[in-house]
Amino acid sequence: MADVRAETGAVIPTAKAAPKKRDWSWRSQAFRGLIYQLLAIALLIFVGWWLTTNTLENMRTRGIQSGFGFLLQPAGFDIGETLIEFDSDNPYWKAFLVGLLNTLRVAVIGIVCTTILGTMIGIGRLSKNFLLRGFCTGYVEIFRNIPVLIQLLTWYFVLTTLLPAVSEAVHLAPGVYVSKSGMSFPTPVWGMGQALAAGGMLIGLVLSHFYRRWAMAAFEKTGVARATFWPSLALIIVGGLIGWAIGGAPTALDFPEKTEINVSGGGAVTPEFLAVVIGLTLYTASFVAEIVRSGIQAVAWGQSEAASALGLSRGLQLKLVLLPQALRVIIPPMTNQYLNLTKNSSLAVAIGYPDLVSISNTTLNQTGRAVECIAIIMLVYLTLSLSTAALMNWYNTRSAIKER
Amino acid sequence: MTAAVFTPIPSREAPVKLTGTLAWIKRSLFADWPSTIATIFFVGVFAWIIPDIISWTLVNAVFRPDNEACREAAGNGACWGMIAEKYRLIIFGRYPFDQQWRPLVATLLMVVLLVASCTRPLWSKWLIVAWVGVLAAFFTLMKGGVLGLSPVETSRWGGLPLTIMLSTLGIACAFPLAVLVALGRRSHLPAIRSLCIVYVELIRGVPLISVLFMASFMFPLFMPQGTQVDVLLRVFVGITLFAAAYLAEVVRGGLQAIPKGQVEAAASLGLSYWQTQRKIVLPQALKLVVPSIMNSFISTFKDTSLVTIVSLYDLTGSLALALGGDANWRQFYLEGYLFIAAIYWVGCFAMSRYSQWIEKQLNHSNR
Repeated sequence: MADVRAETGAVIPTAKAAPKKRDWSWRSQAFRGLIYQLLAIALLIFVGWWLTTNTLENMRTRGIQSGFGFLLQPAGFDIGETLIEFDSDNPYWKAFLVGLLNTLRVAVIGIVCTTILGTMIGIGRLSKNFLLRGFCTGYVEIFRNIPVLIQLLTWYFVLTTLLPAVSEAVHLAPGVYVSKSGMSFPTPVWGMGQALAAGGMLIGLVLSHFYRRWAMAAFEKTGVARATFWPSLALIIVGGLIGWAIGGAPTALDFPEKTEINVSGGGAVTPEFLAVVIGLTLYTASFVAEIVRSGIQAVAWGQSEAASALGLSRGLQLKLVLLPQALRVIIPPMTNQYLNLTKNSSLAVAIGYPDLVSISNTTLNQTGRAVECIAIIMLVYLTLSLSTAALMNWYNTRSAIKER
Repeated sequence: MTAAVFTPIPSREAPVKLTGTLAWIKRSLFADWPSTIATIFFVGVFAWIIPDIISWTLVNAVFRPDNEACREAAGNGACWGMIAEKYRLIIFGRYPFDQQWRPLVATLLMVVLLVASCTRPLWSKWLIVAWVGVLAAFFTLMKGGVLGLSPVETSRWGGLPLTIMLSTLGIACAFPLAVLVALGRRSHLPAIRSLCIVYVELIRGVPLISVLFMASFMFPLFMPQGTQVDVLLRVFVGITLFAAAYLAEVVRGGLQAIPKGQVEAAASLGLSYWQTQRKIVLPQALKLVVPSIMNSFISTFKDTSLVTIVSLYDLTGSLALALGGDANWRQFYLEGYLFIAAIYWVGCFAMSRYSQWIEKQLNHSNR
């Protein structure tokens, strides 16, 4: 069909663009779309207006005041555990801040523990050892099939009633006591030495970053690969050690002391906090384990064969071929699990850990400002979720497969 | 030239046996050093823990509802007698004691129909009729007030019937909503699309607890004066809206996997938008995401345990009801938690197994 015209002798008219005309009839898809959208918006506005007028009307007749002015009034309740100074004369906004910090504390510690435990269990599920594999499979099947609320309540009950009273606290390890009233552990006495050590580690971190950049540049240029992980680690540790030595190498630890009636000194966490962290970690770890396992299995077998054929060592295979591909599958659902853990920490309200939701609940009961309190909870969690989602999208676009 | 002399080399040894018990033990317990260490570690831990567990749960346990014996055994053995004593309160909550056959029959009907709906030979239009009938029977039995049944207000509903009702109906109502929202999120109409995006992201960004708080504290403020909406219904709507947002994302994942050619082919056949979605896109998309849909169902089932925080007496709430006010049995919460955990576990495990089975079934028909 090289030349149609030559064969038929007819001139085929080139397709003309359909004339643009607005069709204001029901048969036009565009018109229908417009109408549907207008209807949806009208409905939304109507429902919004209806709810607002109802709410305002209800508030007026019930004498409920509105507005966030109450945040400046004194809270009038005490909070069991706080990261910042707080007493009942402090205003409500500070109570909310304490709650938020408590939520974040549980979330951060929970995320770290759950990542470690979940990764270990997930890799264990792929082990050739029957007992290890069976244990990990059993763990996943048990913990992910029981509601997290029941797990939290169970741990709280175990920690507060089945453990011995504080006067007979169990001595787990040197300086670590466990009892009904929580766990005590030694903490370093914060002083010049520790501050300098932290500073040294920070400098080590910065130096290792530059070392990595230099090593990568040298690799691009000359092809000589240099190890980056161990030197970086060494830099950080040496930095910390130097700072510590300059500060006079303090070794003082604040050991908790056990007396007849209680355990004092050192760091301590409440059973509520422990129950929330243990419960959330064990529950979320079962999901993380499944994500890690499927991520590893998602890398095609041929990839590691091809890497072996190129002569890469087992470690380099992992680092250069397998992990980058597995992480691409693992990280998005993993972030979801981190978010879930953070959101599930709101269940702490059931066992009396003073997280954000629990503080809001107390405030709501005291002031009756239902709309404002629930709005604060939602706003905080929304901010956390949406910012994580934004970070995730950025990572996804960065790590997406670059296709030609 | 000397003749080549045939000197036989010694025959090779028989290959190592790769089957049988001994080979299995070697391969899966003592393959290499790390494996051997793991084996020794786990055998040690199991040998240490399992006897204790068995003696606590079985040997030293008290199975009679005998408070004295339970208190004596406390610490050494479980008190399953607590469950023998309190099971009706745990399972049926505050439902009037002499009427508890009603939630029992209603729940059994629902469970039987659930199992029937999961059985392939029974998939037909009659199932829909059966569902309508069973739901009518469920609410008639639970609520009463007709056919000579004494009326029972919803605030007294509780325990397992409540859990099963909330999760089954929640999922059933969330699913169509989720499909609509997922389609809306992929629509060409900007207003509809942004509405759906806002809904999904808003709900997915907040914990279920805050949605339930909203349903129980804020909802009464939203309604015109004098309107009373039942707490149970409000919480049910909250759970449905929450589940629908998550389910919508799952369905959207399936929709995205359908090649554009399918829609174009349907359009060239002259199918309308709804015909295309119903006959071409959705059947393929939903089939792809069956495992994720089942996961959503399992989550919703587990999430219903949260309603206890807004003072509904589901399984968790009715356990607190059964034990909290009774000083004699209060110390046996652990057994109670294990009991309801076992109920949830059976439900979730059965669903996840069913999900694997159905996945296989659908894959077969794909070929």
